[in-house]
Amino acid sequence: MSTETVDYNYDVVRKFTLATIFWGIIGFTAGVFIALQMVFPDLNIEPFLSFGRLRPVHTSAVIFAFGGNALFATSYYVVQRTCGVRLWNDKLANFTFWGYQAFIVMAALGYVLGVTQGKEYAEPEWYADLWLTIVWVSYLLVYLVTCIKRKEPHLYVANWFYLSFIITVAVLHLGNNISLPVDIVGAKSYSTWAGVQSAMIQWWYGHNAVGFFLTAGFLGMMYYFVPKQANRPVYSYRLSIVHFWSLIFIYIWAGPHHLHYTALPDWAQTLGMTFSVMLWMPSWGGMINGVMTLSGAWHKLREDPIIQFMIIALAFYGMSTFEGPLMSIRAVNSLSHYTDWTIGHVHSGALGWVGFISFGALYYLVPRLWGRERLYSTKLVSMHLWIATIGIVFYIAAMWVSGIMQGLMWRTYDGMGFLSYSFVETVMAMKPFYMIRVMGGVLYLSGALIMVYNFWRTIRGDVNEKEQMQIQGAVA
Amino acid sequence: MSWMNHDKLEKNSILLLGFIIVTVLIGGIVEIVPLFRMETVIEPVEGVRPYTPLELAGSNIYIREGCYNCHSQQVRPLRDEVVRYGHYSLAAESMYDHPFQWGSKRTGPDLARVGGKYSDDWHVAHMKEPRDLVPESIMPSYEFMLHRGADLGSLKQHMKALKTVGVPYTDEMIEWAEKDAAVQATGEARTDTGGLVERYGENVNARDFDGQPHMISEMDALIAYLQVLGTMVDFEAASAVEGGAQ
Repeated sequence: MSTETVDYNYDVVRKFTLATIFWGIIGFTAGVFIALQMVFPDLNIEPFLSFGRLRPVHTSAVIFAFGGNALFATSYYVVQRTCGVRLWNDKLANFTFWGYQAFIVMAALGYVLGVTQGKEYAEPEWYADLWLTIVWVSYLLVYLVTCIKRKEPHLYVANWFYLSFIITVAVLHLGNNISLPVDIVGAKSYSTWAGVQSAMIQWWYGHNAVGFFLTAGFLGMMYYFVPKQANRPVYSYRLSIVHFWSLIFIYIWAGPHHLHYTALPDWAQTLGMTFSVMLWMPSWGGMINGVMTLSGAWHKLREDPIIQFMIIALAFYGMSTFEGPLMSIRAVNSLSHYTDWTIGHVHSGALGWVGFISFGALYYLVPRLWGRERLYSTKLVSMHLWIATIGIVFYIAAMWVSGIMQGLMWRTYDGMGFLSYSFVETVMAMKPFYMIRVMGGVLYLSGALIMVYNFWRTIRGDVNEKEQMQIQGAVA
Repeated sequence: MSWMNHDKLEKNSILLLGFIIVTVLIGGIVEIVPLFRMETVIEPVEGVRPYTPLELAGSNIYIREGCYNCHSQQVRPLRDEVVRYGHYSLAAESMYDHPFQWGSKRTGPDLARVGGKYSDDWHVAHMKEPRDLVPESIMPSYEFMLHRGADLGSLKQHMKALKTVGVPYTDEMIEWAEKDAAVQATGEARTDTGGLVERYGENVNARDFDGQPHMISEMDALIAYLQVLGTMVDFEAASAVEGGAQ
């Protein structure tokens, strides 16, 4: 592939990369702040900055703003590099950038002002949803036409994942957000779906936001950047086919595990649980394919902190995709549901998998996008890695303990057969763990700030002198 | 390279896209479509009615403030939950919630059956400053709702929209929306609640919820909503019937 002759559109990739970094910091900061609110309730500044309004700001900022921009940036980079052509239509690509940022701002402003549909991860109201639909269709067009125009005979596996992410998110978004505005000049709308149907459709959407936004999309990222950074081919072509199709087929069914023991009919709950357990296999297929790509280059795991980011990401992916099926089993779910265990589970996926694979990709991308020979400092990458890893361990360990403890306290009886604990006693018991969570979050945020500094110096064209001398010394 | 002719998909992006769409649609169709045969999903229960205009205003405040982020509205049929919260939730009880508010996290307790558990005064004091009543509570305070008038003028429009998506509001209910809300927040002592009762039933709570007779605040609306949660179905009567049958 003669990549030198193609004039790639890096401009839009650079914009999305900067947006990823910017929204990442905003999202992590919002997370630390709402975690603090759960320890110090006086930090709720009503009406605009109360926990209930800020929690969607945090979740949307990390999932859709940080994660979404990372997916835009990397997918636009990967599709060009693996197809050997320039991204189709500069203007439309540029529109997806500004359009998507406008969506994020619209959504976040809405939450703070109390404009919300009241559905987790689908809070934006109808006008923002319509706008996102336009942006998303443009994204699909840019991506698909670039694929069709490709110079390479085969479409590389990373693009299958990106494509399935783009199209499925479109389907989910449309299905879950059908609603009727009260007034064409007002923000409020009512969902077409009510009660049981509304619950099922919401978690069909909600779980597959995880499955396609946070999994399939980031697997696309993994399939390009891990082989590139390791300088090795993907471990198994056949495994990638098997796990791609089984993953996207099975994921869709898993939603009802969010609704165990509710008024949702039992048959739907059982289907959700069964497919969630089955999902373990294709998930680990992806992890194995990623980790084993290092075959023949294991020494890089010792030396290269970017590879370390990617492999730790895959380890967290493997762990949380084992934990998920476990929690989807009804008996386990009866304990874990409604507790912090779920929060911990989500964060081992979000901080560990999504965050770390994105950081790895960003560290790969930034020097290349800005035409720098190397990062300002590899030591700072290593520092980011370990501070963030310790942060995640603090976070998820605290949530495991608090979640399981609260679940058990709720169902503890005394000798007379009465409940042993009032609800607020179980809230009090959470306090130390909520503080540990804050510490974990602060560490994770600090790591990201180190990355920002490293990127700022890299983009300026600086190279850490000490490290430079060491490299030159080694060469001499 | 080809494996099971997969290269055909790798060489044709449109075909690949088509296969992906079909693959991801199957699970959703199987799980969602049957739920729209309502009679197999929602057993009819006596007593469940659409929210009154004031309760609807309250439910919209509940959604606006993101209460669902910390409170569920779904009692599971587990021994400890039934003891702590009351009868497990029935599908019919949320059939008029657009969207459902079952929640996914209990940072605070479940609210599916909170109606009638505490007095209005307790709710006002608790919303004003939760820690005055429960020192260890980590809930935000919502004092501002006491000073903000509830938006009653737009209720008619809201009910029309809900009617379109399937809530059985009658034209009369919609016509009287604003008046009914005002009557419910004032109470029998100072106004005639006959029309409200006729439209929404004997069990409607009509009184000055927030203790501020001079205004109908957002607090009135929210407390009216909280006080009706889980109270529409008379489980004592139901269990008497069930017990008699045994």
